[in-house]
Amino acid sequence: MRALVWHGKHDVRVDRVDDPKIVNPRDAIIKITSTAICGSDLHLYDGVIPTMRPGDILGHEFMGEVVEVGKGNTRLKKGDRVVVPFVIACGKCFFCQKEQYSACDNSNPAEKADMSEMLYGHQMAGLFGYSHLTGGYAGGQAEYVRVPFSDIGPIVVPDDLEDEQVLFLSDILPTGWMAVENCEIEEGDTVAVWGCGPVGLFAIQSALIMGAAQVIAIDHYPRRLKLARNLGAKVINYKNARVYEALMDMTGGIGPDAVIDAVGLESHGFAPDNIYDYAKQTLKLETDRSHVLRQAIFACRKGGRVSVPGVYGGFVDKFPVGAFMQKGLTLKTGQTHVQKYLAPLLEMIRERKIDTTFLISHRLPLEEGPKGYRKFAFEQNETTKVVLKPGWEKANG
Amino acid sequence: MHHRHHNHGTGRALAAGVLGAAAGAIVLMAARNMMKDNQPIGPEDSPRHAWRRGAKRRWREGAVVGRSITVNAPREEVYSRWRDFTTFPNFMENVISVTPLDQTRSRWAVEGPAGSTIEFETKITEDRPNEVIAWESDEDADVRNSGRVTFRDAPGGRGTEIEAVIAYDPPGGAVGRMAAKLFQKEPGVQAKRELRRFKQLMETGEIATAASGSKPSRPAASRVRKS
Repeated sequence: MRALVWHGKHDVRVDRVDDPKIVNPRDAIIKITSTAICGSDLHLYDGVIPTMRPGDILGHEFMGEVVEVGKGNTRLKKGDRVVVPFVIACGKCFFCQKEQYSACDNSNPAEKADMSEMLYGHQMAGLFGYSHLTGGYAGGQAEYVRVPFSDIGPIVVPDDLEDEQVLFLSDILPTGWMAVENCEIEEGDTVAVWGCGPVGLFAIQSALIMGAAQVIAIDHYPRRLKLARNLGAKVINYKNARVYEALMDMTGGIGPDAVIDAVGLESHGFAPDNIYDYAKQTLKLETDRSHVLRQAIFACRKGGRVSVPGVYGGFVDKFPVGAFMQKGLTLKTGQTHVQKYLAPLLEMIRERKIDTTFLISHRLPLEEGPKGYRKFAFEQNETTKVVLKPGWEKANG
Repeated sequence: MHHRHHNHGTGRALAAGVLGAAAGAIVLMAARNMMKDNQPIGPEDSPRHAWRRGAKRRWREGAVVGRSITVNAPREEVYSRWRDFTTFPNFMENVISVTPLDQTRSRWAVEGPAGSTIEFETKITEDRPNEVIAWESDEDADVRNSGRVTFRDAPGGRGTEIEAVIAYDPPGGAVGRMAAKLFQKEPGVQAKRELRRFKQLMETGEIATAASGSKPSRPAASRVRKS
């Protein structure tokens, strides 16, 4: 089959690789119809996530048709149209039974789990196409993918919904939703969202659905801020305004009740602390840049909530633990427990309460995946979401 | 009689032997002997294998490794699955077979260096149903080893806590142990992975693997498929 393969920093290619087969009883093989490039794939693209190996197949946002089912899976059948969560979860362990699927104890292969245990103190769940820290599973930016524990993850979607209406159930929609759930919104709350990428935009949408009185979005790309405003957020372009002062003025001097860092470890900007971080990251003295998280904690009101859907991988310096403690903040974060949110979010999509299609700026055949990565990485104003279609012939232009 | 191949030449070879032996291995009076020298200062409730070097944790010239894991299943079920040694090859990467000889003795065949097979016998030294299984290799085994696995109810209905302690004579001494660590064949690493695979099997019915199925997959996983 053809698959989008990581070869190194800023080097992804469409290679011919062997088709995946059923390995374990609960597996299924999915023929991919649509797959998206995620903002977090750009961290792999930029080479800042450790334990990627040349030859790894990328992609953790995908959907398609079930073409083969292992004998231990009685829930799926051939021909089912499914969206697959990016988190691989067994459904049986302590964590899965608490619906903390992204903490699954059993989906990271035993011999791979040592790495994350060494780095984080505990092993991480398996994820599709996201380095060997999370299992080294082949991803879904390909014609076919092997889905382990397929009786737990994939959700069958009805035929009257287009791929593009449901594809983002695989990651970014539940991620935006959980980010806001972690904000524990109360009546009258202002939620500030840093980063108007896909997760940030879906968080804005989710916050308004969950009853936030006001959502303020922060970014520097005009097109992304426009999308945020279309959803009903007020916007701050940090190139125009001083973010802290703006937030205080827009909240009567109180500060946002909840703040969301939807940026993660590669934040942009030219604040002094970010330049310091950039230098340290370049010299590998620090793995993650955290300007946004610092700013969010600084702006958050006393007793407020800090939610971090943005991806971090290692360590940061100058974490403002003083502000965090003195203001009595609460921090919630984590990889998304996708499986928990699939059914309710699918229902909201069916009821037309949530539309996710506005996000897509580019639709490309799989062959043009490398171009898709380039555009998403380097033309962020214009490129809000790239969907790849393995079934499409290479486009003419 | 049990040594079909044995190569004292390299740490790696020895290590490969160790791992097999210790693979599931577990037990012994090691725990009793460990404490002769240094006692911890003041009260201390953590298991001995978690202690710092200062509080002695060596077993004669040997080494002791320990590891705990919680399995989301009742204690009776966990114990009886573990008690069936013949299933060890399902989750112990380097164990080819464990054949019961009588009520207490078993013959092990483990993968040795360069595709060779190392065999040795063990005997059960302690067996209290649903509580503990301990065993020890014969004195003339290539890699003397012993182990002890205890089973306790986890709090709050979380299943069963398994604690495994392995004591072994590292062939080649400290150097051999370091070499073994380098190749990730050190019994501590092995035991950790074997416990994880045991838990996976108990909880999910299969062993997680990133294999695509198009190339030969890991030995443990492929053995499970055949069974």
